[in-house]
Amino acid sequence: MQIYLPIAEVSVNAFLLLGLGGMVGILSGMFGVGGGFLMTPLLFFIGIPPAVAVATEANQIVASSFSGVLAHLKRKTVDLRMGTVLLVGGLIGSGLGIMLFNYLRSLGQVDLLVKLCYVTFLGIIGALMFVESLNAIRKSRKAGGPVPTRRKHNWVHNLPFKMKFRVSGLYISVIPPLLVGVLVGVLAAIMGVGGGFIMVPAMIYLLGMPTKVVVGTSLFQIIFVTAFTTMLHATTNFTVDIVLAVLLLVGGVIGAQIGTRIGVKMKAEQLRILLAVMVLAVCGKLAFDLLITPAELYSVGADGGHA
Amino acid sequence: MIRILMLLAVLMTGPARAEEIVLGLSQDEVAITATFEGSEILVFGAIKRETAEPDGDLAVIVTVAGPDAPVTVRRKARRLGIWVNTDAVQIEQAPSFYAVASSGVLRENLRASEDLNYRITLPSVIRDVSANVMDSPAFEAALMRIRSREALYQRLDNAVDLSENTLFRTAIRLPANLTEGNYRTRIFLTRNGTVVDSYETEIIVNKVGLERWLYDLAHDNALLYGLMSLAIAIAAGWGASALFGLLRR
Repeated sequence: MQIYLPIAEVSVNAFLLLGLGGMVGILSGMFGVGGGFLMTPLLFFIGIPPAVAVATEANQIVASSFSGVLAHLKRKTVDLRMGTVLLVGGLIGSGLGIMLFNYLRSLGQVDLLVKLCYVTFLGIIGALMFVESLNAIRKSRKAGGPVPTRRKHNWVHNLPFKMKFRVSGLYISVIPPLLVGVLVGVLAAIMGVGGGFIMVPAMIYLLGMPTKVVVGTSLFQIIFVTAFTTMLHATTNFTVDIVLAVLLLVGGVIGAQIGTRIGVKMKAEQLRILLAVMVLAVCGKLAFDLLITPAELYSVGADGGHA
Repeated sequence: MIRILMLLAVLMTGPARAEEIVLGLSQDEVAITATFEGSEILVFGAIKRETAEPDGDLAVIVTVAGPDAPVTVRRKARRLGIWVNTDAVQIEQAPSFYAVASSGVLRENLRASEDLNYRITLPSVIRDVSANVMDSPAFEAALMRIRSREALYQRLDNAVDLSENTLFRTAIRLPANLTEGNYRTRIFLTRNGTVVDSYETEIIVNKVGLERWLYDLAHDNALLYGLMSLAIAIAAGWGASALFGLLRR
């Protein structure tokens, strides 16, 4: 069934969008990533104008993250206190990121920077996570017993302004989570995504939070960051397509519920290794596109926009 | 003075025209609804003659043009091993849609000088002045190639049926990814490649119903629209969660 999208001004298959939304929603619920880094390129691929795809995607992530967070709240796997600290950092970071983005746009070549950002971060995070979780799985097999805790005391634990994060079982300074929030906020603004795929590994490896809590907490802060982005796009660029968003989020919210249930049943290491594989796959595809001679050297963009 | 002369010229050629176009359209309005899948417009008409038919090859050319907009065409090149957008050309005005149908082969039915005058073929319609890059024709060609692939630019030779050298008809297919606006429709009558008469009208392409309402809201009331989008998102997220909660019980 073809549906004409009022803002994107293209006609697309409604079932295709429902399916895409559902697929990304499952991943979102499982891993605590918004799925923007997957969905946005997919939307480009089916012919949605880039500006509309990025803006609408943010709106859809609000829905699937909210659905996911509710499921996590019931299981008490959301660290609201940690989420709030990360969020404060995140909003500061997005403000900085938007300023940086506009500066880079005035220099030109912002598209390339975004793509290189994707390849670099997806590549590093994916590879690190893959190796780490593989080791963890091997260790737990060898030992047969309980998985050794990865929590070590390092410089992070010697900083001032300590705060108790009961759900995460942490007693650490607020400075590292705040910095993580800022960093993710900057990257999210430049790359036009919620930042879950950076936030999740950062929480696991930098802050030492337990994987089970990480997903819900990440989703919690993504809701606010993407809601902020949606409003920004809707009021300045008029590029949020509500029809497209509804089609995506109907699939998305259902997918998120299913994904959360799958995630709970899986082992933390398995969860991490799957996310690592997915991140690496997207990274590979983007790197491939940059390296291989394109079939069409030219591209047509609306005036002033970056396509 | 020049204007008066031109007016005189028009008045003098007006009645002297031996052949005139009488036109009909299957519809002069296209409504974009939620389930819009493109549309086909039938352009038909007759050639009115006061005197006997003059000599020479007769041809009918029909053009439909969407609203003009500036377009940026970018080209990639390899830099340090990766493909990067390096050059860009701004094309001042290019129609969002352009179809040109003719009763014969367009190039044979139309002299180059006449094409320049009336801007009928696609290359003469696209206006490009800025020349940031030496080979800007390559960029124009790329624009035409890309839009032709999306059926936004169409050259339809032998697509106008001309019977008895009097009645003509053609169907122009408007694709689903249509932009709103007034679609300028022109019909030219040529003899031996020279335009002897032309006729111009407009087809109005408009969003209607829900599409219209959402589009207007998004532009006129952006804050409300944004909040509505968020409310829908939150409601959908909560709805799915509640539904699954019920299902598990």
